[in-house]
Amino acid sequence: MSGREDILGGIRKALKRGPLDAAAAAVLDARLAAPARNLIPARATSLDHPGQVELFVAMAEEVQTTVDRVAALADVPQAVAAYLASENLPADLVASPDPVLDDIPWAERPMLRLRRGKAEGGDKVGLTPAFAAVAETGTLMLISGPQNPTTINFLPDTHIVVLRADQIVASYEDGWTLLRQRQAAAGDAALPRTVNFITGPSRTGDIEQRMQLGAHGPRRLHIVLVGDGAAERPAGERPG
Amino acid sequence: MQPTSHAFKANVDKALGDATLQTALGLAMLGFGPKRRSAVERLPEFEALREEGRRIKNQTLEHLDYYLETFERNVTRWGGKVHWCRTPGEAREAVLAICRSVDAKTVTKGKSMIAEEIALNDFLEENKITPVETDLGEYIIQLRHEPPSHLIAPAFHLLKEQVADVFRSSHTELDPARSLVEPRVLCDEAREILRPKFLAADVGITGANCLVAETGSSIIVTNEGNGDLTQTLPKIHIVLASLEKIVPTLEDATTILRLLARSATGQEFSTYTTMSTGPRRDGDLDGPEQYHVILLDNGRSAMLGTEFQDMLRCIRCAACINHCPVFSAVGGHAYGWVYPGPMGSVLTPKLVGVAEAGHLPNASTFCGRCESVCPVKIPLPKMMRHWREREFEQKLSPAPYRFGLSAWAFLATRPALYQALTGVAMRVLAAFGKRRGHFRSLPLAGGWTSVRDMPAPQGRSFQSLWAERQKAKAGR
Repeated sequence: MSGREDILGGIRKALKRGPLDAAAAAVLDARLAAPARNLIPARATSLDHPGQVELFVAMAEEVQTTVDRVAALADVPQAVAAYLASENLPADLVASPDPVLDDIPWAERPMLRLRRGKAEGGDKVGLTPAFAAVAETGTLMLISGPQNPTTINFLPDTHIVVLRADQIVASYEDGWTLLRQRQAAAGDAALPRTVNFITGPSRTGDIEQRMQLGAHGPRRLHIVLVGDGAAERPAGERPG
Repeated sequence: MQPTSHAFKANVDKALGDATLQTALGLAMLGFGPKRRSAVERLPEFEALREEGRRIKNQTLEHLDYYLETFERNVTRWGGKVHWCRTPGEAREAVLAICRSVDAKTVTKGKSMIAEEIALNDFLEENKITPVETDLGEYIIQLRHEPPSHLIAPAFHLLKEQVADVFRSSHTELDPARSLVEPRVLCDEAREILRPKFLAADVGITGANCLVAETGSSIIVTNEGNGDLTQTLPKIHIVLASLEKIVPTLEDATTILRLLARSATGQEFSTYTTMSTGPRRDGDLDGPEQYHVILLDNGRSAMLGTEFQDMLRCIRCAACINHCPVFSAVGGHAYGWVYPGPMGSVLTPKLVGVAEAGHLPNASTFCGRCESVCPVKIPLPKMMRHWREREFEQKLSPAPYRFGLSAWAFLATRPALYQALTGVAMRVLAAFGKRRGHFRSLPLAGGWTSVRDMPAPQGRSFQSLWAERQKAKAGR
């Protein structure tokens, strides 16, 4: 008998039944097709959207993410240049080929040199958009795809994320809802290979339980937060 | 690894006499409890989430076959492959076959307890494949040729000076006179050394904190980002997971994740929570070309329907370990196998046999802290009692112990005789101990009185006082 049949048979024997009949399986299929939410803490869901933005910033800063708030996408190049200068970092960046970043007037800061593509071992600074962000714990949600290589999130020493305030949602569950909406809109092929929830820069406590930043992933995580989320959030895009 | 759980008593003596270990234990164990407590106090819903976690895991176990088949179907749909492995041997062979298919020379590894359980590193080395541990703690103990001593802090038994020593002797390409006093410097050195290994590896192996049936995804959490470099850069990503890691939906996984970090490190959320589904898609610029899940049973399916089924809810957060007074005193290596502390005392006898590991469920004061902090409410003390019963039934414990226990059972099941005998004993002890108020030594209780005095009984037994009180109450 194959390992597969042996293991499944053992489970059924232990559960004192055979394979699930069609009716029982249909009930479980239906649950998987429309996943129910479990208890979600009220911490973020009880707030209005401006409150969720404030909570996101506070939670992110608590775990050593730095956040710079700017009014509009047009302010991003200046904010990025100023951050790199303040940290004595080079102005060479590897950036996602995501067209979202094309809306930013990079040419106004010719000193910033952006290479679009995946990250290589020598890249010092990475720049990406985010798919969403979770107020509950100050967590970014990034997804992979042809325009969003995952290596930028992990290889460079510094990771800069351009996030619009209207992308901030209350809970991880809201993030899953957005992901499923995206999948439904684009067809099956839209489930990304990877979803990265990122909460602060890389860290370790493995030596005497003393926290050090920058174990293997980025030493710095910097968010340029655009807008206040009020004006640019289109109606109907709020996750349920 | 070969278990040494049978030598638990000798292991304990060694651990208690090891001054360096005791210093490291003291440093490390102080932090865990308060960190968890403050994270829990900050989330009013935490208790309710524990109940939800318990419910989700229980409901999943009831339909484990269905969810595993659904998981496999979805993994396949996204281009991955599930390997069903009954035994550690089958799992090792499956990993080796995948590695050989690309003629792999080096394999990077994220932290995986299943890899420890199946003794993967030794096996890969025997087959001329070099495993490189990338979690900082795992890397340190790999250099020292040691097993992990803790589920989430594998090198917590070491002081930074010991880390410095092993880095100096292993990283011979660096200046031998360099300063390695600060943990910051040690951390940077490991980062520098491991970065090229991440980039050069042919295969990346990680564990899994959850498998999601709905999407066919694996989820891992790390703080270092090593798991992500391990699974993103090589040609092949292999996930090692035991079958009870399965949950139905992303929402269910989310509930588990809310419990996990708070219970483990006291963090609100781990730095990196990564969901992976299959290999790279058409047009993706990076990510592995192959995605494999090694699904290990190793006796777990046989725990279903037994008094040990509740153990299959375990999410390996280590809260029980971090709050165990026995573990705090002896550390992880004394337990003699992969899983230490209360969860290990329940799981190890199941995985390596009660003859080997029968001492472990006895290494408990039954104080109950493990159960009270468990995020999925596993009744650990009750299950340790089940193991003690089995050990007794199988006549594995020493004869004097078994005789004592039988005598005790004889008395304890005959209340009248019990009260008569204890009443006599108490009056005798009270008379002899009247002058001093305590005993410095007692026959048959030398082990107890060698480290503390025994107070002399002051009068009557609790039971007779209680009976009198109840009687008085009823008469009122």
